[in-house]
Amino acid sequence: MNRKTILITDDSTALRAMLVSIIESLGDFRVVEAANGFDALRLLPREHVDLIFTDINMPDINGLELISYLRNNPNYQHIPVIILTTEGSQSDIEKGRLLGANEYIVKPCNCSDLKNIIVKYLD
Amino acid sequence: MTDDNPLLNKAIRDFLAEAEEIVEHLGSELADLADSAGNGDINPDLLNSIFRGAHSLKGLAGMFGFAGVSELSHYMENLLDRLRLGKLRLDTEVIAVLFESHDVLLSLVRRLSEGESDAADDKISSCAARINACLEEKTRDAACPSPLEKLGLSEQVMKSLTEYEEHRLLENLSKGKYIYSVHATLDLATFDQDLARISDAIKTCGEIISTLPCMSSDPETSIDFDILAGSALVFQEFLPAIQHDNVTLTLLSDGEKTPAPAGPNAAGATSAESGSPTPVESPATPIAQSPVPDSPAAGAPPVSAKSISRTVRVDIGKLDELMNIVGELVLAHSSIAALAQRMRNERFSQMAVELGKSAKVLERKLNDLQKGVMDIRMIPVGQLYDKMSRIVRTISREQGKKVELRFYGADTELDKLIVEDISDPMMHIIRNAIDHGIESPDKRVAAGKDEKGVIKISSYQKGNHVVIEVEDDGGGIDVEKVKERAQQKGLVQNPGAVSDKEALEFIFLPGFSTTDQVSEVSGRGVGMDVVRNNIAAISGMVDIETAQGLGTRFIITLPITLAIIKSLIISCAGRTYALPVTSVLESLILTGGDIKTVERREVIQLRDNTLPLLRLEDFLCLNRPSHRPDEFYAVVVGVAEKRLGIVVDDLLGQQDIVIKSLGEGFRRFPGIAGAADLGDQRTILVLDVGGMINDTMRSGS
Repeated sequence: MNRKTILITDDSTALRAMLVSIIESLGDFRVVEAANGFDALRLLPREHVDLIFTDINMPDINGLELISYLRNNPNYQHIPVIILTTEGSQSDIEKGRLLGANEYIVKPCNCSDLKNIIVKYLD
Repeated sequence: MTDDNPLLNKAIRDFLAEAEEIVEHLGSELADLADSAGNGDINPDLLNSIFRGAHSLKGLAGMFGFAGVSELSHYMENLLDRLRLGKLRLDTEVIAVLFESHDVLLSLVRRLSEGESDAADDKISSCAARINACLEEKTRDAACPSPLEKLGLSEQVMKSLTEYEEHRLLENLSKGKYIYSVHATLDLATFDQDLARISDAIKTCGEIISTLPCMSSDPETSIDFDILAGSALVFQEFLPAIQHDNVTLTLLSDGEKTPAPAGPNAAGATSAESGSPTPVESPATPIAQSPVPDSPAAGAPPVSAKSISRTVRVDIGKLDELMNIVGELVLAHSSIAALAQRMRNERFSQMAVELGKSAKVLERKLNDLQKGVMDIRMIPVGQLYDKMSRIVRTISREQGKKVELRFYGADTELDKLIVEDISDPMMHIIRNAIDHGIESPDKRVAAGKDEKGVIKISSYQKGNHVVIEVEDDGGGIDVEKVKERAQQKGLVQNPGAVSDKEALEFIFLPGFSTTDQVSEVSGRGVGMDVVRNNIAAISGMVDIETAQGLGTRFIITLPITLAIIKSLIISCAGRTYALPVTSVLESLILTGGDIKTVERREVIQLRDNTLPLLRLEDFLCLNRPSHRPDEFYAVVVGVAEKRLGIVVDDLLGQQDIVIKSLGEGFRRFPGIAGAADLGDQRTILVLDVGGMINDTMRSGS
């Protein structure tokens, strides 16, 4: 069976650990992590990624900038991108949608939110 | 989400570690912010970093279902968001609210780590109310027409600016800064280092507003970045700062308060390229040369998966375990070495010699291993300094005093556990220094001093110890008043006969305080006796020096580590004990005639000094089955400036030992640091020299 790979970009180690444990409990997925936009940019050429979750507020390269890059690069254009952010940043979420993010989830999110997204984009 | 899933439990531990880190970092950044607000110059990066701290904590706590932390950080985030977007002015009330909220946040995280709940309580709602009051009262509408279109930014750049970045851009424009676009084409293999270099260069002469990665003409080997920067420098001054291959600089605004219309091709827009004479608009392959010398050969997939951080967070318990194993290895080695020696003594053979040699090699490697494990436990004292600066700011604000902290020797290293245990006593000493030491600004001016008091904290290594000094330039301790008080308490009959140095020792007695010293602040703290006991519990000592009108200095002497130590094995009344070699200065052979009695205490004359003696059998209340030997030893021990001769029957040799705790039940037993295994199935007690000296000095005075 072909395992799907999910990339999580968030600067919180604990939050990534949490998401990894949830996602891995949802099915046989491979999860790769990036602590910021840099890490994600470095990782993408080497990994075949099927779904990306990204935070918006990150140092150096923010989530919007990452999405903009992904959507303009033919290699990554097709990868679904889900914004993972806290409420209160409506205008940033709106920008993310305009840049081509597929959906957004507001933190704190629960297992079923994540499950719905994963089922929707990976099945 | 907290069920019995071990993965999740581990995740919760990760959460707590990270939350604590964020909150502590937040504290020192808030303190910096308060400082810079005082100078009227607020660093936008600092404010944004604080905002991001609160923001991460909120998201994090929310995910883990810790409602209290999440709620409070949410309120803080709201306030900080307004601040960083320039919609709210940073005044003293706002700073006070932030500090208070941070304190509550810290206590909530502490509660969580002790397994309690962080459920909403009065403190959170009171912080929330104060924050909301700030938001309602002072929010000013930042209704400014957007002059951004005039910059001629590409649609892509405009679209990916966060609200905050947009605000920074406007802020730079309104201050009349020039806005530059820096376009860089970088090799995919090394782009992170190259970009970091460019970013650092830009930061030396301006502010980075955003960094947008974009497609290069050859996406397989290179990547482009559009960096938006604001700077007060004109084009010709800015250009040399970013000398780098494949970097193009474009001026977007001309730096006037109201930016003149400047289309992408307007006259104001200049384009220049540094480094290479060839145009770089469309390099088919990047023009060469990553400045990084060890860049991998072309063709090989050079991208690294390494994360930028080079540190690992390790539970100290695991290090203790490792240390124990090293200790046991050292013991195992000792018995092999002893066996080799015996074989050689009994019947000399080539094999015994070989075994002895191997044992020597093993010993060297074990020493390296031991040193390696010890090094891992060491952390710089500077970590303590961060905590202290926050405390100083809080207390001096409460007291209306002006205090400047100066730190020296932040990279002196100490065992992690010692650093943790020393932070409470140090906090108390510093609290005392501000409360009682530093005078109020008007008093200081009247005394001809600068109205700002100075507290110096310095640390340095001295032999096998680390010394931490806390020095204030306040009023000093009134020694005469201390003597008077001692007389009132019936501690001395004739205060005139007490030396100043002895008088200062009274301060460390339980319940001792001069009348002037009592204030609201000291009421909630602990006494200096607790400070001394806490320091003695980690085999340290504390001394005071004071000069009236000039200030007071507390000198804390600490062992570098408690984990594994060289010790002197001694015997007394048929029992064996270990003394840490770090505190042993010398040992003397004595006979009964050498001992004199001065003021009912046994002493000997050691060169020019009189050395007080302590008979170990008396100190430990041992029954002596046989007579004292005619010839015996005095081990001269010293910590800081204090000296004591410990009278023992015999010296048995030196050995490395791993000190193990006796457990809570024996924690308060003075003079015993713990127990150690000697490797031949014998367990002995390890004497605590600091505790013994303290105890002797106390019973003497």
